[in-house]
Amino acid sequence: MFTVNDSPLFLLAALVIAYVLGQSVFFLVKAWRRAIELGISRHTLRGTVTGSALFSIAPAIAILLGLISLSRFLGIPLPWLRLSVLGALTYELPAAASVAKILNMPMDQPVIDPSVYISIAWVMTIGILSGLLIILLFQRRMQARLQRMKQKDARWSAIMMDSLFVGMIATFLGMVFTDVHKGLPGFIPVFVMLFSAVVMMLCGLLIKKLHWKWLENYAMPISMLSAMAFAIPLNNWIGG
Amino acid sequence: MKPSLYEQKIHTWGRVSLVLAILMFIAYPLFASLYYKVQPDYGLVLQWLLAVAPVYWAVGAIEAFTFGPMLGSGGAYLGFVTGNLTAMKVPAALRAMQIAGVEPNSEKGEVISTIAIAASSIVTTLILVIGMLLLNTLRPILESPALAPAFANVLPALFGGLGVVFLSKNWRIALTPMVLMLILFLIKPSMSSAISLLIPFSAAITMVVARVLYKRKMI
Repeated sequence: MFTVNDSPLFLLAALVIAYVLGQSVFFLVKAWRRAIELGISRHTLRGTVTGSALFSIAPAIAILLGLISLSRFLGIPLPWLRLSVLGALTYELPAAASVAKILNMPMDQPVIDPSVYISIAWVMTIGILSGLLIILLFQRRMQARLQRMKQKDARWSAIMMDSLFVGMIATFLGMVFTDVHKGLPGFIPVFVMLFSAVVMMLCGLLIKKLHWKWLENYAMPISMLSAMAFAIPLNNWIGG
Repeated sequence: MKPSLYEQKIHTWGRVSLVLAILMFIAYPLFASLYYKVQPDYGLVLQWLLAVAPVYWAVGAIEAFTFGPMLGSGGAYLGFVTGNLTAMKVPAALRAMQIAGVEPNSEKGEVISTIAIAASSIVTTLILVIGMLLLNTLRPILESPALAPAFANVLPALFGGLGVVFLSKNWRIALTPMVLMLILFLIKPSMSSAISLLIPFSAAITMVVARVLYKRKMI
Protein backbone atom coordinates (compact mmCIF):
# COMPACT_ATOMS: atom_id res chain seq x y z
CA MET A 1 0.00 0.00 0.00
CA PHE A 2 1.22 3.46 -0.91
CA THR A 3 2.20 6.01 1.71
CA VAL A 4 3.89 9.37 1.13
CA ASN A 5 6.83 8.28 3.30
CA ASP A 6 7.64 4.95 1.61
CA SER A 7 11.29 3.85 1.71
CA PRO A 8 11.68 3.71 -2.13
CA LEU A 9 10.67 7.37 -2.30
CA PHE A 10 13.34 8.22 0.28
CA LEU A 11 15.85 6.27 -1.77
CA LEU A 12 14.92 8.09 -4.99
CA ALA A 13 15.13 11.48 -3.30
CA ALA A 14 18.46 10.58 -1.67
CA LEU A 15 19.95 9.56 -5.03
CA VAL A 16 19.01 12.85 -6.68
CA ILE A 17 20.22 14.89 -3.70
CA ALA A 18 23.50 12.93 -3.65
CA TYR A 19 24.01 13.73 -7.34
CA VAL A 20 23.49 17.47 -6.79
CA LEU A 21 25.73 17.38 -3.72
CA GLY A 22 28.40 15.77 -5.90
CA GLN A 23 27.88 18.46 -8.53
CA SER A 24 28.35 21.17 -5.87
CA VAL A 25 31.59 19.56 -4.68
CA PHE A 26 32.82 19.23 -8.30
CA PHE A 27 32.16 22.91 -9.07
CA LEU A 28 33.66 23.94 -5.73
CA VAL A 29 36.89 22.07 -6.46
CA LYS A 30 37.15 23.33 -10.06
CA ALA A 31 36.43 26.95 -9.07
CA TRP A 32 38.83 26.73 -6.10
CA ARG A 33 41.69 25.48 -8.31
CA ARG A 34 41.03 28.18 -10.89
CA ALA A 35 40.87 30.83 -8.15
CA ILE A 36 44.33 29.79 -6.93
CA GLU A 37 45.64 30.04 -10.53
CA LEU A 38 44.13 33.52 -10.76
CA GLY A 39 46.05 34.57 -7.66
CA ILE A 40 43.18 34.71 -5.18
CA SER A 41 44.59 33.86 -1.76
CA ARG A 42 43.59 30.71 0.13
CA HIS A 43 42.65 32.99 3.02
CA THR A 44 40.07 34.77 0.83
CA LEU A 45 38.74 31.47 -0.48
CA ARG A 46 38.42 29.99 3.00
CA GLY A 47 36.64 33.17 4.06
CA THR A 48 34.26 32.83 1.10
CA VAL A 49 33.38 29.27 2.08
CA THR A 50 33.04 30.03 5.81
CA GLY A 51 31.03 33.20 5.22
CA SER A 52 28.66 31.53 2.75
CA ALA A 53 28.23 28.51 4.98
CA LEU A 54 27.40 30.62 8.04
CA PHE A 55 25.18 32.92 6.04
CA SER A 56 23.18 29.94 4.74
CA ILE A 57 22.33 28.45 8.15
CA ALA A 58 19.37 30.68 9.02
CA PRO A 59 17.67 30.48 5.58
CA ALA A 60 18.29 26.71 5.59
CA ILE A 61 16.46 26.38 8.91
CA ALA A 62 13.61 28.42 7.43
CA ILE A 63 13.59 25.94 4.52
CA LEU A 64 13.46 23.10 7.04
CA LEU A 65 10.32 24.72 8.46
CA GLY A 66 8.89 24.74 4.95
CA LEU A 67 9.74 21.06 4.65
CA ILE A 68 7.85 20.37 7.86
CA SER A 69 4.76 22.22 6.63
CA LEU A 70 4.79 20.54 3.19
CA SER A 71 5.43 17.11 4.75
CA ARG A 72 1.91 17.06 6.19
CA PHE A 73 0.57 16.94 2.64
CA LEU A 74 3.33 15.29 0.59
CA GLY A 75 5.30 13.35 3.20
CA ILE A 76 9.01 13.92 3.67
CA PRO A 77 10.84 12.57 0.56
CA LEU A 78 9.33 14.85 -2.11
CA PRO A 79 9.61 18.14 -0.13
CA TRP A 80 13.07 17.05 1.06
CA LEU A 81 14.16 16.61 -2.55
CA ARG A 82 12.53 19.77 -3.86
CA LEU A 83 13.71 22.04 -1.05
CA SER A 84 17.26 20.63 -0.78
CA VAL A 85 17.86 21.17 -4.48
CA LEU A 86 16.16 22.78 -7.47
CA GLY A 87 13.19 24.47 -5.82
CA ALA A 88 12.44 27.12 -3.26
CA LEU A 89 9.69 27.41 -0.69
CA THR A 90 8.20 30.35 -2.60
CA TYR A 91 7.70 28.02 -5.57
CA GLU A 92 7.01 24.60 -4.05
CA LEU A 93 4.36 25.63 -1.55
CA PRO A 94 2.14 27.51 -4.07
CA ALA A 95 2.67 24.75 -6.68
CA ALA A 96 1.48 22.06 -4.26
CA ALA A 97 -1.30 24.34 -3.01
CA SER A 98 -2.57 24.99 -6.55
CA VAL A 99 -2.87 21.24 -7.20
CA ALA A 100 -4.60 20.75 -3.85
CA LYS A 101 -7.03 23.50 -4.81
CA ILE A 102 -7.86 21.89 -8.16
CA LEU A 103 -8.54 18.59 -6.33
CA ASN A 104 -10.27 20.32 -3.44
CA MET A 105 -7.93 18.55 -1.00
CA PRO A 106 -6.87 19.82 2.43
CA MET A 107 -3.12 20.41 2.76
CA ASP A 108 -2.92 19.23 6.36
CA GLN A 109 -3.58 15.59 5.46
CA PRO A 110 -1.26 13.28 3.51
CA VAL A 111 -2.04 12.31 -0.07
CA ILE A 112 -3.20 8.68 -0.10
CA ASP A 113 -3.70 8.15 -3.83
CA PRO A 114 -0.39 7.30 -5.58
CA SER A 115 -1.73 8.62 -8.89
CA VAL A 116 -2.40 12.03 -7.33
CA TYR A 117 1.01 11.99 -5.61
CA ILE A 118 2.80 11.22 -8.88
CA SER A 119 0.76 13.87 -10.69
CA ILE A 120 1.86 16.44 -8.09
CA ALA A 121 5.48 15.34 -8.48
CA TRP A 122 5.20 15.75 -12.28
CA VAL A 123 3.56 19.14 -11.97
CA MET A 124 6.25 20.40 -9.58
CA THR A 125 8.96 19.08 -11.91
CA ILE A 126 7.58 20.40 -15.18
CA GLY A 127 6.74 23.76 -13.64
CA ILE A 128 10.29 24.55 -12.62
CA LEU A 129 12.15 23.43 -15.73
CA SER A 130 12.00 26.71 -17.69
CA GLY A 131 14.79 28.40 -15.72
CA LEU A 132 17.05 25.36 -16.10
CA LEU A 133 16.39 25.12 -19.85
CA ILE A 134 17.11 28.80 -20.41
CA ILE A 135 20.40 28.57 -18.52
CA LEU A 136 21.22 25.43 -20.51
CA LEU A 137 20.49 27.07 -23.85
CA PHE A 138 21.37 30.73 -23.35
CA GLN A 139 23.90 31.13 -20.51
CA ARG A 140 26.90 30.89 -22.85
CA ARG A 141 25.42 33.51 -25.20
CA MET A 142 24.47 35.79 -22.31
CA GLN A 143 27.99 35.56 -20.91
CA ALA A 144 29.56 36.24 -24.31
CA ARG A 145 27.36 39.30 -24.78
CA LEU A 146 28.30 40.61 -21.34
CA GLN A 147 31.97 40.11 -22.14
CA ARG A 148 31.62 42.08 -25.39
CA MET A 149 29.87 44.85 -23.50
CA LYS A 150 32.70 44.87 -20.96
CA GLN A 151 35.34 45.16 -23.68
CA LYS A 152 33.44 48.04 -25.24
CA ASP A 153 32.87 49.99 -22.02
CA ALA A 154 34.18 48.39 -18.82
CA ARG A 155 32.85 51.12 -16.55
CA TRP A 156 29.30 50.91 -17.88
CA SER A 157 29.48 47.12 -17.68
CA ALA A 158 30.29 47.34 -13.94
CA ILE A 159 27.54 49.90 -13.36
CA MET A 160 25.07 47.71 -15.22
CA MET A 161 25.87 44.71 -13.01
CA ASP A 162 25.47 46.90 -9.92
CA SER A 163 22.10 48.03 -11.31
CA LEU A 164 20.91 44.43 -11.48
CA PHE A 165 21.86 43.86 -7.82
CA VAL A 166 20.40 47.18 -6.69
CA GLY A 167 17.16 46.51 -8.58
CA MET A 168 16.76 43.17 -6.84
CA ILE A 169 17.55 44.49 -3.38
CA ALA A 170 15.26 47.53 -3.85
CA THR A 171 12.38 45.17 -4.68
CA PHE A 172 12.83 43.19 -1.47
CA LEU A 173 13.23 46.32 0.62
CA GLY A 174 9.97 47.62 -0.84
CA MET A 175 8.28 44.32 -0.09
CA VAL A 176 9.14 44.69 3.59
CA PHE A 177 6.56 47.51 3.72
CA THR A 178 3.73 45.29 2.42
CA ASP A 179 1.89 45.04 5.75
CA VAL A 180 2.33 48.54 7.15
CA HIS A 181 -1.33 49.32 6.42
CA LYS A 182 -2.18 46.81 9.19
CA GLY A 183 -0.87 49.19 11.84
CA LEU A 184 2.05 48.75 14.24
CA PRO A 185 2.37 44.92 13.93
CA GLY A 186 2.75 45.44 10.18
CA PHE A 187 5.89 47.47 10.86
CA ILE A 188 7.71 44.50 12.47
CA PRO A 189 9.47 43.49 9.20
CA VAL A 190 10.47 47.15 8.69
CA PHE A 191 12.01 47.37 12.17
CA VAL A 192 13.73 44.00 11.67
CA MET A 193 15.19 45.23 8.38
CA LEU A 194 16.37 48.48 10.03
CA PHE A 195 17.89 46.53 12.93
CA SER A 196 19.78 44.32 10.49
CA ALA A 197 20.96 47.42 8.63
CA VAL A 198 22.19 49.08 11.84
CA VAL A 199 24.08 45.94 12.93
CA MET A 200 25.65 45.73 9.48
CA MET A 201 26.70 49.39 9.75
CA LEU A 202 28.21 48.73 13.19
CA CYS A 203 30.15 45.78 11.76
CA GLY A 204 31.32 48.01 8.90
CA LEU A 205 32.47 50.59 11.42
CA LEU A 206 34.42 47.99 13.42
CA ILE A 207 36.03 46.67 10.23
CA LYS A 208 37.01 50.17 9.13
CA LYS A 209 38.05 51.79 12.41
CA LEU A 210 39.51 48.83 14.29
CA HIS A 211 40.72 47.04 11.14
CA TRP A 212 38.85 43.88 12.13
CA LYS A 213 39.16 42.35 8.67
CA TRP A 214 38.14 38.93 10.04
CA LEU A 215 34.69 40.32 10.73
CA GLU A 216 33.95 40.82 7.02
CA ASN A 217 32.86 37.23 6.49
CA TYR A 218 30.76 37.16 9.65
CA ALA A 219 29.06 40.57 9.32
CA MET A 220 26.19 39.28 7.18
CA PRO A 221 25.36 36.22 9.33
CA ILE A 222 25.67 38.36 12.49
CA SER A 223 23.35 41.11 11.18
CA MET A 224 20.88 38.55 9.89
CA LEU A 225 20.75 36.34 12.99
CA SER A 226 20.66 39.25 15.42
CA ALA A 227 17.79 40.85 13.46
CA MET A 228 15.90 37.54 13.48
CA ALA A 229 16.47 37.29 17.25
CA PHE A 230 15.33 40.91 17.63
CA ALA A 231 12.03 39.97 15.91
CA ILE A 232 11.09 37.75 18.89
CA PRO A 233 10.90 40.40 21.67
CA LEU A 234 9.67 42.95 19.12
CA ASN A 235 6.77 40.68 18.24
CA ASN A 236 5.94 40.21 21.91
CA TRP A 237 6.00 43.97 22.34
CA ILE A 238 4.08 45.26 19.33
CA GLY A 239 2.86 42.08 17.66
CA GLY A 240 -0.61 42.43 19.07
CA MET B 1 40.31 38.97 -24.89
CA LYS B 2 40.16 35.21 -25.46
CA PRO B 3 38.25 33.26 -22.79
CA SER B 4 40.47 31.12 -20.53
CA LEU B 5 40.35 27.33 -20.64
CA TYR B 6 38.32 27.39 -17.41
CA GLU B 7 35.81 29.82 -18.92
CA GLN B 8 35.43 27.56 -21.95
CA LYS B 9 35.21 24.34 -19.96
CA ILE B 10 32.73 25.68 -17.44
CA HIS B 11 30.05 25.66 -20.15
CA THR B 12 30.74 22.00 -20.99
CA TRP B 13 30.73 20.97 -17.31
CA GLY B 14 27.69 23.14 -16.66
CA ARG B 15 25.66 21.86 -19.59
CA VAL B 16 26.47 18.19 -19.03
CA SER B 17 25.73 18.41 -15.31
CA LEU B 18 22.53 20.37 -16.01
CA VAL B 19 21.22 17.81 -18.50
CA LEU B 20 22.01 15.02 -16.03
CA ALA B 21 20.29 16.97 -13.26
CA ILE B 22 17.15 17.46 -15.37
CA LEU B 23 17.09 13.71 -16.08
CA MET B 24 17.49 13.00 -12.36
CA PHE B 25 14.65 15.37 -11.48
CA ILE B 26 12.38 13.72 -14.04
CA ALA B 27 13.43 10.30 -12.74
CA TYR B 28 11.65 10.88 -9.40
CA PRO B 29 8.06 10.93 -10.71
CA LEU B 30 8.94 8.48 -13.49
CA PHE B 31 10.39 5.78 -11.22
CA ALA B 32 7.68 6.37 -8.62
CA SER B 33 5.16 5.75 -11.40
CA LEU B 34 6.92 2.53 -12.45
CA TYR B 35 7.39 1.33 -8.87
CA TYR B 36 3.74 1.80 -7.88
CA LYS B 37 2.55 0.73 -11.34
CA VAL B 38 0.23 3.73 -11.60
CA GLN B 39 -0.05 6.47 -14.18
CA PRO B 40 -0.31 10.11 -13.19
CA ASP B 41 -3.73 11.70 -13.45
CA TYR B 42 -3.16 13.17 -16.93
CA GLY B 43 -6.28 15.30 -16.69
CA LEU B 44 -5.01 16.90 -13.50
CA VAL B 45 -1.54 17.46 -14.92
CA LEU B 46 -2.98 19.00 -18.09
CA GLN B 47 -5.37 21.20 -16.14
CA TRP B 48 -2.48 22.47 -14.02
CA LEU B 49 -0.25 22.95 -17.04
CA LEU B 50 -2.87 25.09 -18.77
CA ALA B 51 -3.95 27.06 -15.72
CA VAL B 52 -0.88 27.58 -13.57
CA ALA B 53 2.29 26.46 -15.35
CA PRO B 54 2.61 29.47 -17.71
CA VAL B 55 3.09 31.71 -14.67
CA TYR B 56 5.82 29.43 -13.28
CA TRP B 57 7.51 29.20 -16.67
CA ALA B 58 7.45 32.97 -17.07
CA VAL B 59 8.91 33.46 -13.58
CA GLY B 60 11.58 30.79 -14.22
CA ALA B 61 12.54 32.39 -17.52
CA ILE B 62 12.73 35.87 -16.00
CA GLU B 63 14.83 34.58 -13.10
CA ALA B 64 17.22 32.90 -15.55
CA PHE B 65 17.72 36.07 -17.59
CA THR B 66 18.10 38.22 -14.44
CA PHE B 67 20.22 35.98 -12.23
CA GLY B 68 22.26 34.29 -14.97
CA PRO B 69 24.41 37.37 -15.63
CA MET B 70 24.65 38.18 -11.90
CA LEU B 71 26.01 34.77 -10.91
CA GLY B 72 28.41 34.15 -13.79
CA SER B 73 28.36 30.90 -15.74
CA GLY B 74 29.61 28.46 -13.06
CA GLY B 75 27.36 30.09 -10.47
CA ALA B 76 24.35 30.02 -12.79
CA TYR B 77 24.77 26.38 -13.84
CA LEU B 78 25.11 25.34 -10.23
CA GLY B 79 22.67 27.84 -8.70
CA PHE B 80 19.73 26.90 -10.91
CA VAL B 81 20.20 23.20 -10.12
CA THR B 82 20.62 23.73 -6.38
CA GLY B 83 17.66 26.14 -6.16
CA ASN B 84 16.71 28.61 -3.43
CA LEU B 85 18.07 31.44 -5.53
CA THR B 86 16.51 34.69 -4.34
CA ALA B 87 16.71 34.18 -0.60
CA MET B 88 19.99 32.30 -0.49
CA LYS B 89 22.25 31.66 -3.50
CA VAL B 90 22.12 35.10 -5.11
CA PRO B 91 22.70 37.03 -1.84
CA ALA B 92 25.47 34.56 -0.90
CA ALA B 93 27.21 35.12 -4.25
CA LEU B 94 26.82 38.93 -4.14
CA ARG B 95 28.09 39.13 -0.57
CA ALA B 96 31.07 36.89 -1.35
CA MET B 97 32.10 38.89 -4.44
CA GLN B 98 31.81 42.14 -2.53
CA ILE B 99 33.94 40.92 0.40
CA ALA B 100 36.56 39.34 -1.88
CA GLY B 101 36.75 42.64 -3.77
CA VAL B 102 36.19 41.03 -7.16
CA GLU B 103 33.98 42.32 -9.95
CA PRO B 104 30.97 40.40 -11.17
CA ASN B 105 31.28 39.66 -14.90
CA SER B 106 34.98 38.88 -14.43
CA GLU B 107 36.66 35.51 -14.12
CA LYS B 108 37.60 36.18 -10.49
CA GLY B 109 33.99 37.15 -9.77
CA GLU B 110 32.83 34.00 -11.52
CA VAL B 111 34.95 31.64 -9.40
CA ILE B 112 34.12 33.39 -6.12
CA SER B 113 30.40 33.30 -6.97
CA THR B 114 30.64 29.58 -7.80
CA ILE B 115 32.48 28.79 -4.55
CA ALA B 116 29.92 30.75 -2.50
CA ILE B 117 26.98 28.99 -4.17
CA ALA B 118 28.59 25.55 -3.79
CA ALA B 119 29.31 26.14 -0.08
CA SER B 120 25.79 27.46 0.48
CA SER B 121 24.30 24.49 -1.33
CA ILE B 122 26.34 21.92 0.60
CA VAL B 123 25.40 23.51 3.93
CA THR B 124 21.70 23.64 3.02
CA THR B 125 21.72 19.99 1.98
CA LEU B 126 23.47 18.92 5.19
CA ILE B 127 21.14 20.97 7.40
CA LEU B 128 18.10 19.44 5.70
CA VAL B 129 19.52 15.93 6.11
CA ILE B 130 20.22 16.53 9.81
CA GLY B 131 16.85 18.24 10.19
CA MET B 132 15.08 15.34 8.56
CA LEU B 133 16.86 12.75 10.72
CA LEU B 134 16.03 14.70 13.87
CA LEU B 135 12.61 15.83 12.71
CA ASN B 136 10.69 14.52 15.68
CA THR B 137 13.02 16.26 18.12
CA LEU B 138 13.31 19.48 16.15
CA ARG B 139 9.71 19.90 15.04
CA PRO B 140 8.34 21.18 18.40
CA ILE B 141 11.31 23.55 18.77
CA LEU B 142 11.20 24.94 15.25
CA GLU B 143 7.43 25.24 15.24
CA SER B 144 7.24 26.80 18.68
CA PRO B 145 5.30 30.08 18.71
CA ALA B 146 8.25 31.70 20.52
CA LEU B 147 10.55 31.25 17.50
CA ALA B 148 7.90 31.90 14.84
CA PRO B 149 8.58 35.68 14.55
CA ALA B 150 12.28 35.00 13.90
CA PHE B 151 11.60 32.65 10.99
CA ALA B 152 8.83 34.87 9.65
CA ASN B 153 11.40 37.64 9.24
CA VAL B 154 14.26 35.90 7.44
CA LEU B 155 13.93 38.07 4.32
CA PRO B 156 13.83 41.49 6.08
CA ALA B 157 16.80 40.37 8.23
CA LEU B 158 18.70 39.28 5.14
CA PHE B 159 18.00 42.25 2.90
CA GLY B 160 18.49 44.87 5.65
CA GLY B 161 22.16 43.96 5.96
CA LEU B 162 22.64 43.35 2.26
CA GLY B 163 20.89 46.64 1.45
CA VAL B 164 23.35 48.64 3.54
CA VAL B 165 26.29 47.17 1.64
CA PHE B 166 24.95 47.63 -1.88
CA LEU B 167 22.67 50.63 -1.60
CA SER B 168 25.17 52.81 0.28
CA LYS B 169 27.72 52.11 -2.46
CA ASN B 170 25.24 52.89 -5.22
CA TRP B 171 22.80 55.29 -3.55
CA ARG B 172 22.43 57.52 -6.61
CA ILE B 173 21.14 54.69 -8.78
CA ALA B 174 19.27 53.05 -5.87
CA LEU B 175 17.08 56.00 -4.96
CA THR B 176 14.56 55.79 -7.84
CA PRO B 177 13.88 52.00 -7.71
CA MET B 178 13.65 52.09 -3.92
CA VAL B 179 11.09 54.90 -3.90
CA LEU B 180 9.20 53.26 -6.74
CA MET B 181 9.06 49.85 -5.05
CA LEU B 182 8.08 51.45 -1.75
CA ILE B 183 5.17 53.29 -3.39
CA LEU B 184 4.15 50.18 -5.31
CA PHE B 185 3.99 47.95 -2.22
CA LEU B 186 2.23 50.64 -0.18
CA ILE B 187 -0.44 51.09 -2.84
CA LYS B 188 -0.74 47.43 -3.82
CA PRO B 189 0.48 45.11 -1.01
CA SER B 190 -0.74 42.04 -2.91
CA MET B 191 2.14 42.59 -5.37
CA SER B 192 4.37 40.75 -2.89
CA SER B 193 3.11 37.50 -4.41
CA ALA B 194 4.57 38.61 -7.76
CA ILE B 195 8.03 39.40 -6.42
CA SER B 196 9.82 37.33 -9.07
CA LEU B 197 8.18 39.37 -11.80
CA LEU B 198 8.96 42.65 -10.06
CA ILE B 199 12.70 41.98 -9.71
CA PRO B 200 13.49 42.28 -13.45
CA PHE B 201 11.11 45.26 -13.69
CA SER B 202 12.98 47.01 -10.88
CA ALA B 203 16.34 45.98 -12.34
CA ALA B 204 15.36 47.41 -15.73
CA ILE B 205 14.32 50.72 -14.18
CA THR B 206 17.58 50.84 -12.21
CA MET B 207 19.53 50.25 -15.42
CA VAL B 208 17.71 53.07 -17.22
CA VAL B 209 18.35 55.45 -14.30
CA ALA B 210 22.01 54.35 -14.16
CA ARG B 211 22.40 54.87 -17.91
CA VAL B 212 21.00 58.41 -17.70
CA LEU B 213 23.26 59.27 -14.75
CA TYR B 214 26.25 57.69 -16.47
CA LYS B 215 25.66 59.63 -19.68
CA ARG B 216 25.39 62.84 -17.65
CA LYS B 217 28.63 61.89 -15.84
CA MET B 218 26.83 61.93 -12.48
CA ILE B 219 28.14 58.48 -11.50
